[in-house]
Amino acid sequence: MKKKSYLNHIKSYWFAYFIIILSIVLLAFPVYVAFIASTHDASTISRGQLPLTPGKYLLENYNTAWNIGKGERIISIPVRKMLINSLIMASIIAIGKIALSLLSAYAIEYFYFPFRSFIFWLIFITLMLPLEVRIIPTYKVVSDLKLINTFTGLTVPLMVSATGTLLFRQGLRNIPKELLEAAKIDGAGPLTCLVFLVIPLMLPTIFSLFVILFIYGWNQYLWPLLITTDINFQTIVMGIVKMIGGADTSVDWNIVMASTMISLLIPALIVIFMQKLLIRGLTETEK
Amino acid sequence: MKSHPVFRNKILPLILITPQLLITIIFFIWPSLQALYLAFVRTDPFGLSIKFVGLANFVNLFSDKYYIQSITTTILFSLIVTLISIPISLLLAVMVEKPIYFKKIFRTLLIWPYSLASSVAAVLWILLFQPSIGLITKILIYFGIQWNYILNGTQAIILITLVATWKQISYNFIFFLSGLQSIPKSMIEAAEIDGANSKQIFWKLIFPLLSPTTFFLLIMNLTYAFFDTFGIIDALTKGGPGKATETLTYKVYVDGIVNFNLSSSATQSVVLLILVSILTALQFRYLDKRVIYQG
Repeated sequence: MKKKSYLNHIKSYWFAYFIIILSIVLLAFPVYVAFIASTHDASTISRGQLPLTPGKYLLENYNTAWNIGKGERIISIPVRKMLINSLIMASIIAIGKIALSLLSAYAIEYFYFPFRSFIFWLIFITLMLPLEVRIIPTYKVVSDLKLINTFTGLTVPLMVSATGTLLFRQGLRNIPKELLEAAKIDGAGPLTCLVFLVIPLMLPTIFSLFVILFIYGWNQYLWPLLITTDINFQTIVMGIVKMIGGADTSVDWNIVMASTMISLLIPALIVIFMQKLLIRGLTETEK
Repeated sequence: MKSHPVFRNKILPLILITPQLLITIIFFIWPSLQALYLAFVRTDPFGLSIKFVGLANFVNLFSDKYYIQSITTTILFSLIVTLISIPISLLLAVMVEKPIYFKKIFRTLLIWPYSLASSVAAVLWILLFQPSIGLITKILIYFGIQWNYILNGTQAIILITLVATWKQISYNFIFFLSGLQSIPKSMIEAAEIDGANSKQIFWKLIFPLLSPTTFFLLIMNLTYAFFDTFGIIDALTKGGPGKATETLTYKVYVDGIVNFNLSSSATQSVVLLILVSILTALQFRYLDKRVIYQG
């Protein structure tokens, strides 16, 4: 590009660049500060003297957080353990919900069966009530079933909502009927069609939904807070807040921030590298 | 509308749908019914007798000044978060869609906060605003503002509003970006040929075309502010100081789990249930209509 066009370009679009870069900085700033804090020692931070440049304690803090999880003033389990809990929880929620939704969407969309409308409506109303609204009775049910401190109790109640079913129903409607008819003529039954025709066609939707659900599951806060009374079961997102304790207890902020940085790494990487899938999945559920 | 099903089996679909149906019944229907039940009865302190009391629990709830305060706090909070983050995200989306360089990098850097949990976002902001260690706290004190959100209720509300808005920008941005990209370039070019300047193009062409997206985001942001901000409040203020930041959702949790007032918590849950149903119904009603008119 010629030099004159560069200047013209900047002249026309300087405002856009300005707004965008300003926003990027505002969005990134808290994370940057947290990163800086994770490289200093606790007393520097507690005195309120945190500088804007990294310190010397990066390896030490991250090692403490990862392996030990105990500072002088906080007690927690190692981040490595919490990370594994989060990983398992998020994966189960994502995979479980996809499997359940795909099967039920398939059943509703391609078959007629008794009570079909009623059952669909029953599943549909799960959209109307986020978990937070029915938190205590749900907790009671899970407790009565002895599912506290289990991965089942942690994940299954979060698989309930119908968003996946709706999304797959939409996707199934987009499959041309001719394909299915052709498969049937070739002698394929419903299950064969599902496995060898429908699922391959729905793979983009499945992957998009996986990204969204994994992030959703990873970031769960209230539910794991209630369900994990055993400290070894803590997920990292709620474990970090537990590290902070009350407003007046003194805290090893450097360890907390190191743990926080570790905790946001995996979801952030997923969002960054699977952007297209994420955007596709989100905007499809809008319809 | 199809006239016959794709497959004729009657038993198989019931088998396929059973898992989802089962967990829906066990973990959704059953607890919801229990909440509904608890909202209309009263048990004595020893749990020996249960009495149906009709709407008495609801009357008590709405006469409780803390509940009314919670309602106003929640409405204020939700409206501010929604009305600030939506225009900002729209502006960003429009800017990014202009013919500029580095689009992909900009997009990535604006989307990544979607990956943050609300509690994690709150923890990040603590380093900036905590009364004793916060970086921005020091700046505020330098300018004579006594910043301590642990003691000052208004400041607490301002802080959680700030964090909630900050976190929501990425989400709205994704939808607006997608909405903008789906507007055919030919329409915009036609308007330009007709002599419209960019302000006219935006307000008379782009903005109306984005109204389904905007409406959808209005509902989603309100829902987000109502429910997904639990993590922010629990991490920063725990509903304090003095119940200043107890939104309706947080109150359900505090009254039920912390104070063991199951009856009040259940009643509040029912109120929230009605509210959310209205929001969801509105969303589906409106979006369905638009889809029909657009063919």
